[in-house]
Amino acid sequence: MLIDCPHCGPRDLAEFSYQGDATRTRPDLASTDTKAWLDYVYHRPNPAGRHREFWQHAGGCRAHLVVERDTLTHEIFTVSFARKTSGGDAA
Amino acid sequence: MAEYSALSLLKNALSGNRDWKPAWRKPDPKPSYDVIVIGGGGHGLATAYYLAAEHGITNVAVLEKGWLGSGNIGRNTTIVRSNYLLPESLRFYEFSMKLWENLSHELNYNVMFSQRGVLNLAHSPGQADAFIRRGNAMRHSGVDAEWLTPQQIARKVPGLDTSKSARFPVVGGLLQPRAGTARHDAIAWGYARAADRRGVDLIENCEVTGFLRTGDQITGVSTTRGEIRAKKVALAVAGSTSRVLQRAGIERFPIESHVLQAFVSEAIKPFVDCVVTFGAGHLYMSQSDKGGLVFGGSLDFYNSYAQRGNLPTVEDVMSEICAMFPSVARLRLLRSWGGVMDMSMDGSPIITRGPLPGLYLNCGWCYGGFKATPASGYSFAWTIAKDEPHAINAPFTLSRFERGAAIDETGHGPIPKLH
Amino acid sequence: MSPRRSTSGGLIDRTRTVRFTFDGENLSGHAGDTLASALLANGVSLMGRSFKYHRPRGVFSAGVDEPNALVTLLRGGVREPNIPATQIEIYDGLRAESQNRFPSLAWDLGAVNQLGGRLIGAGFYYKTFMGPVIGPLKGTRFWMMCEHFIRRAAGLGRADYEADPSRYERVNAFCDVLVVGGGIAGLMAAEAAAKAGKRVILAEQEPVTGGFARWSGETNEGKQAHEWASNLTARLASLDNVRLLTRTAVWGYYDGNTLAALERVHDHVARTPKGHPRQRHWTIRATDVVLATGALERPIVFPGNDRPGVMLAGAARRYAAEFGILPGNRTIFFTNNDSAYEAAATIKRAGGHVAAIVDVRARISSAASELATAAGVSPLTGHAIVGTKCGKTLSRVFVQAYDAASGTLSGDARPLECDSLAVSGGWQPVLHLASQAGAKPVWDEEKQAFLPPEPTQRWAGAGAFLGTFGTVDALGSGRDAGLKCAGKRPSRGKLPEIAPEPLDLTPAPVLEIRGKGKAFVDFQHDVIADDVRLAHREGFVSVEHLKRYTTLGMATDQGKTSNVPGLAIMAAARGITIPEAGTTRFRPPYSPVAIGAMAAERYGDLKPERYTPIHDWHVDHGAEMTPAGLWHRPLVYAAAGETVEQAYIREAAAVRRSVGIVDVSTLGKIAVKGPDAATFLDRVYTNTFSTLKVGKARYGLMLREDGIAFDDGTTWRLGETDFLMTTTTANAGAVMQHLEYCLDILWPELKVHLTSVTDQWAGAAIAGPKARAVLERCVTGTRVDNETLPFMGIVHGEIEGAPVMICRLSFSGELAYEVYCAAGYGTLIWEALMEAGEPFDITPYGMEALGALRIEKGHVTGAEIDGRTTARDLYLDWMLSKKKPFIGSGLMDRPALIDKNRLRLVGVISLDGQKLGGGAHLVERGTPDEPGESIGHVTAFCYSPALQKYIGLALVRGGKARHGTRAYLSDPLRKRFGQVEIVSHHLFDPDGERMHG
Repeated sequence: MLIDCPHCGPRDLAEFSYQGDATRTRPDLASTDTKAWLDYVYHRPNPAGRHREFWQHAGGCRAHLVVERDTLTHEIFTVSFARKTSGGDAA
Repeated sequence: MAEYSALSLLKNALSGNRDWKPAWRKPDPKPSYDVIVIGGGGHGLATAYYLAAEHGITNVAVLEKGWLGSGNIGRNTTIVRSNYLLPESLRFYEFSMKLWENLSHELNYNVMFSQRGVLNLAHSPGQADAFIRRGNAMRHSGVDAEWLTPQQIARKVPGLDTSKSARFPVVGGLLQPRAGTARHDAIAWGYARAADRRGVDLIENCEVTGFLRTGDQITGVSTTRGEIRAKKVALAVAGSTSRVLQRAGIERFPIESHVLQAFVSEAIKPFVDCVVTFGAGHLYMSQSDKGGLVFGGSLDFYNSYAQRGNLPTVEDVMSEICAMFPSVARLRLLRSWGGVMDMSMDGSPIITRGPLPGLYLNCGWCYGGFKATPASGYSFAWTIAKDEPHAINAPFTLSRFERGAAIDETGHGPIPKLH
Repeated sequence: MSPRRSTSGGLIDRTRTVRFTFDGENLSGHAGDTLASALLANGVSLMGRSFKYHRPRGVFSAGVDEPNALVTLLRGGVREPNIPATQIEIYDGLRAESQNRFPSLAWDLGAVNQLGGRLIGAGFYYKTFMGPVIGPLKGTRFWMMCEHFIRRAAGLGRADYEADPSRYERVNAFCDVLVVGGGIAGLMAAEAAAKAGKRVILAEQEPVTGGFARWSGETNEGKQAHEWASNLTARLASLDNVRLLTRTAVWGYYDGNTLAALERVHDHVARTPKGHPRQRHWTIRATDVVLATGALERPIVFPGNDRPGVMLAGAARRYAAEFGILPGNRTIFFTNNDSAYEAAATIKRAGGHVAAIVDVRARISSAASELATAAGVSPLTGHAIVGTKCGKTLSRVFVQAYDAASGTLSGDARPLECDSLAVSGGWQPVLHLASQAGAKPVWDEEKQAFLPPEPTQRWAGAGAFLGTFGTVDALGSGRDAGLKCAGKRPSRGKLPEIAPEPLDLTPAPVLEIRGKGKAFVDFQHDVIADDVRLAHREGFVSVEHLKRYTTLGMATDQGKTSNVPGLAIMAAARGITIPEAGTTRFRPPYSPVAIGAMAAERYGDLKPERYTPIHDWHVDHGAEMTPAGLWHRPLVYAAAGETVEQAYIREAAAVRRSVGIVDVSTLGKIAVKGPDAATFLDRVYTNTFSTLKVGKARYGLMLREDGIAFDDGTTWRLGETDFLMTTTTANAGAVMQHLEYCLDILWPELKVHLTSVTDQWAGAAIAGPKARAVLERCVTGTRVDNETLPFMGIVHGEIEGAPVMICRLSFSGELAYEVYCAAGYGTLIWEALMEAGEPFDITPYGMEALGALRIEKGHVTGAEIDGRTTARDLYLDWMLSKKKPFIGSGLMDRPALIDKNRLRLVGVISLDGQKLGGGAHLVERGTPDEPGESIGHVTAFCYSPALQKYIGLALVRGGKARHGTRAYLSDPLRKRFGQVEIVSHHLFDPDGERMHG
């Protein structure tokens, strides 16, 4: 698998660290809604097909990326920075 | 149907092996059953068998989307052990071990359970302490465990690098003598045949496409072979758990599906007599009766439903087996393959009623489902039959996360890829 | 008679003799021979024994598909089992052994298994060996007794335990076009892509490119085909944008057009030159791939089809044309297609005698007839071979009239004398890589073969891979595939002229002749046609069940010859078509790969080693080093004659008495900078850092999102927006990644920048009552008195002119300082501190003493923060801020996490004066033999020089509630049982007077 890091270019899977589902939303910092916390920490859609997920380019620029990938075929559709400002920062 | 035995082999050989009958029937689905088990893998077949054998519930169908045993029961590295740390796990897996020890007789099918021992190598004083803690936990629960010195290990496992100059020298090892390996496909076939003989319908090429419901209550399934009703519907679909639950309207669940690769070398004469695991990384290996070295390592570390992995993990695994056995570098890899693991949030399984009325759930096996097959089937059948958990699966609920009662053997927390 | 070398012909170099041994016998061949061809040249027809029945076997193929002739190579003092003789290039001094036989290849006791034929058919072992239900052999015992013998009978070659002395190498390669296969089609594709300016890699598994052209006997543009191929190869080799790799098998097709290949760099020469790899593992990332992997010939399944002397017709042709080998004096051909006729003509041309061509077809093409004439025989059409007879080698075959349409035999079987038999069941394109890439092969009823499907990744097929077997097609499809990968349209340009006209290789749909006797489908695994039918009878009808139940296709050749015939027999048994019966999915590797090659540079060097900047000093001063993750750290600095225990007790005592020094460079260090740094730390730590004053440090605790303790360490505020965080050695990477995740994903609005500075700083901790006095003697540029440098204070100064940063903090519980300097000054500062400490007898101490000191103080580390404990379990509740949320605060109060009866931290004291033990458990009552229920376990222990006792830390059910009670230490693994007292984990100086002093 090759991931096209927007900062470093296409790099091998071995350089990246998988950081899981990117569709979860963390409750507000101060939230005391245990159900919301449980959902955030433990529950995943785990789709068979298109999956939005985080990868960190750990062996490269270290930016976290949002990757859209098919979990059935491993085909990668899109790659972008997780943090919109990362491009500037990392450069 | 005839019992399998040396005598029946002889009798059939004399008649040119023309009289053997199918190991199981190939029935068409009936309109309804008492229980439908979705998933014709090891756990689903074992569940059906114990429903019939232990609870007299024989009006059961097992629905398999492909061929029986096509999931992880036929793709694993065949290790059977109960060398766990936490009391909940120990109780469960030791129960399973006891079933294993009599399984060939129980099923009248040689599952080739070979109690050749599982040896976990420790490579630092801290790791040795952690393993000894585990071994002592086993002994306090009545499970066999021994601590071996590097000298004892060198004698037991020739070819293993036990030298002091190794990158991660072996400082000791935890041995469970009763642990070992079994013939993976035989488990599926043995349970299938035994369940079939008790009247269970095993229906292959029958994919569940949806659930029939009355309100919240699950009342059956729609399949590629038509609608089938049932009082109870039980799920044992491992890596496909999320996909199937989505068809019941459950969109989010504490499971991620990951691909795990396994490897086998060309066949060689007996080389290693026990199962050995590497502690300075993640590798487990044994030798099959055919002679191939069977081994595996970590996940590929990304969500996947493809039964194939990628090269970085292959290279990691090969590096580690060579670090353990420097002579293996010269042997050749014959085949590699991938299986889809249902990775749970604490590394432990879920065997429970729910999450909807009429539905029963068995999932979250991570890498460890093979050895669990008998106990999983036994306790799941119990739960389905009695609508309450057996003592061994009582802790493995879905609500444990809500309560903070995770059963986390590795201590990695809710990061599925790390379990 | 036996096979022999013809008097002339072939591409071998007859002027060069190469000497080798097989089973100890001295033999010779010529340069260019494979072991298989050289053995045939020496009249050796028996080369191996099969897996199950130990049947005598000769070489069956001439390439990668060889199921029978597997040997063990003895080289450089190590054994390399299971190597096909067809893939071994001979060199002077080569030593090979046959395998799976005892005592010898010719007289093998294992052959007794043949007598049990029907008894030990497919899957017989599932039905027996279960043993008695009661008695001494109940349970698994009887099976394990049988297994002992089964294991010894199974397996092929024998491996040894000597480390492989080879070096392996990894290469990462990138190209526009990877061409797999260096036959005509591959060469054309490479040329077309290269001419279009693409960077091309061409990989050929054989030593020489050309493939079929090497033995086709055709002419291309008036030249011998093999010359034409080598000229084209030479032209390609001269291009800067082409890389030619021979002896390189592409074995894996992974995601993103990443392919894996194995180059056998020096297996063909006697000695690997010093510094060179034996083999090279290529990871090739190609924009486009051309699959020009050719086709493999299929056998026909008939009784006795496995005898030595039986081989594939294409192999016989290749041996004759490329190696100048005649398969025997009287060769019979048996075929369902025209290709065997070409082979027969080749044998005749090479000086052999073709005794007959038996063809299942009633009618044959005129081209075939002409070839038969050239071969000197008139073909026996509408016939089939129904049996073979074999003494030491094949002596005759039996033929019978056969109707291909109905599959029925008629008339009597009659014998035909022969000493060799060449068989062709048609050709199957090599689709393995396409299948690995995710595509499912498609059956073509007309061609009677699986053909490549639509690509799932960026590849294009060429040549015989496409199921078109003529050289003209190979030229055209090769060129077009190359052009396609270069983004160009197919060419209409003239192709080289080929002679003679290619044959139509469409076979009759006959892959099995049913008759009496064992008819082999999978030669190596001894799967016979009746096994396939038995599997059918028992319901193992899906292709995967068939494979698993009979082991069909699971041998080292991975079913390259047996796959299609096996499927055909199952399809016939089920009364369905072959595609309905299915096809198996091919898995990597295409052909077996040395495990060491894939480990490559990591073989012998598994992981990087991390040394602190002061490492050499430790080693020079007698430190015993111990692994800590990737790091090496001093365990103890044992004096002569001292045990580890004596050494750490001395070291720890010296710290409490005077002063000690320890290397803490391995601690994770992260620079946290930016206007929101303090806010950020407040969120990731359970306690508050925004209130920390500049120039002060604070101990912090992090939780995971699920409320479980994650890591601890001190963080120093160096400036308003400038913090230095320290983490445990073990978690340095994980904490860094966690913080980056938080900033990138959770709180992108925070203006914080993180830098891992672990390797930038060297650190030494000075601990003990004299620690301040040591600093006073060497630190300049700052005072270090209590006022200037209070507890948790930070100062900047110099030692020996090198800038240092000193923080007064204590892990040992003594008056203590951590001195940090730039990594390059590490040893300088360390030595200066040692010198300054000389009057106080400063003692360097290692991990063991560090551990003893922290145990005395009840400070936690990874043994207690084990991924299951909460802050409360460790009595760190005071660090859980109630004023602000932090990571983990949302879930840390779940009921089971605040249960009073959880495993919680305590101290334990040995009451019998004996050692405790890490990992020992605690029980309330019991005996050494029946230890009873565990209530917890010891996480760490030591002999405490301060308390003069063996003490430890433990996690015990209920924790504090048990203080003052007694329990038993139970350590059955190390056979230790003894009484302990449970106390507070603050075992020594609980009020911390010493460190504040």
